[in-house]
Amino acid sequence: MTYRIVHYINQFFAGIGGEEKAGTGPESKDGAIGPGMAFKAAFGSEAEIVGTVICGDGYFAENMDGASEKILKMISDFSPDAVIAGPAFNAGRYGTACGAVSEAVSKKLGIPVVTGMYPENPGVDMYRKGIYIVETSDSARGIKDAVPAMAKLIMKLLRAEPVGSPADEGYIERGVRVNCFQDKIGAERAVDMLVKKLKGEEFRTEYPMPVFDRVAPAEPIKDMKNAVIALVTSGGIVPKGNPDHIEASSATKYGTYSIAGVQSADEVAYATAHGGYDPTYANTDPNRVLPIDVLREMEKNGEFKKLYDYFFTTVGNGTPVANAKKFGTEIGARLKKDGVDAVILTST
Amino acid sequence: MVKAIEATGIAVVHICTIVPISQTVGANRIVPAVAIPHPLGDPTKSHEEEKMIRRAILEKALEALKTPITEQTVFN
Repeated sequence: MTYRIVHYINQFFAGIGGEEKAGTGPESKDGAIGPGMAFKAAFGSEAEIVGTVICGDGYFAENMDGASEKILKMISDFSPDAVIAGPAFNAGRYGTACGAVSEAVSKKLGIPVVTGMYPENPGVDMYRKGIYIVETSDSARGIKDAVPAMAKLIMKLLRAEPVGSPADEGYIERGVRVNCFQDKIGAERAVDMLVKKLKGEEFRTEYPMPVFDRVAPAEPIKDMKNAVIALVTSGGIVPKGNPDHIEASSATKYGTYSIAGVQSADEVAYATAHGGYDPTYANTDPNRVLPIDVLREMEKNGEFKKLYDYFFTTVGNGTPVANAKKFGTEIGARLKKDGVDAVILTST
Repeated sequence: MVKAIEATGIAVVHICTIVPISQTVGANRIVPAVAIPHPLGDPTKSHEEEKMIRRAILEKALEALKTPITEQTVFN
């Protein structure tokens, strides 16, 4: 049998136009268009591109929910067995659209879907956990590598063949762990890797660490005696009773509490909400995590001018990076507005 | 959080126990703490001794905030 495949592309790859046509709404065409011709060649007689659904990148970005719905309807009208989207290379809005359409197809139509993007495309971080995104180069020049890789993966999914690791199949990690048997035990594999590392040879880790972006160090405080310092903690110290119900793990919020006039984070008024360490010591003396007592003494001695009137707190325990970043951005904006010069952030 | 706050241009010193995590995540000014459940204290010591420990860490933190740096720095 020949599998029926629908292809999603943007206005540019459909030949409608560039940025000036990015506002084009969703439309549906029979057969393959643009990059679909390359897919058609890659599929041979095994699969056929029965239709192409097109949407302008600008239109999609501005009407995400509505556009997704319309596109999904157009796709399902072709009664496809699978969908391919893009590849979007490093085009941000196109990548986001491909990711959103792919996710909707996977969730709502329940059929295989594959898209392709450059690893730094913002669509990757948004959608890689739910869908297969084949890694491509950053521009359309990479189409000749992207098409065979995407075609191969979608055919595997259609035939319900086992899909290998991201490195073997060329898709971007979804953060899924799969149990498998190895010839050597973990200790041996780890030593093998270490030996390769020591020799300066290439090795492939079995547990890649997340990559974090960097921020340039801020200018130092030139005049500490006139500096306003704010206290922030991920150690979960909150007013007793945890009035804002900050979660013991995977926190979705932070608290902002006044410490104007407070001389010490004593055990009567404060406790920790953190669920990731033994709270005994922090609850006996919360200053061990939120050192208000000593900071007040230093403030009094004139070592710095003033402890900012509020402290910010959350629970750093399995907190998603996106949440932590959001908290930090909001806290930073407020401190900036209030003229705070420096921050002491304590973590357990 | 450290990075997002520092991105506004405000200097941040991170007082933390597990320095490698702070380094991996990307804090720029790092001051090592005592232990995970009591970063700025030590329950085996007297209250006064604990405050001395706390003060020493915080003084180091202020020093870190005063120090010009161009890359991640651990203030031991």
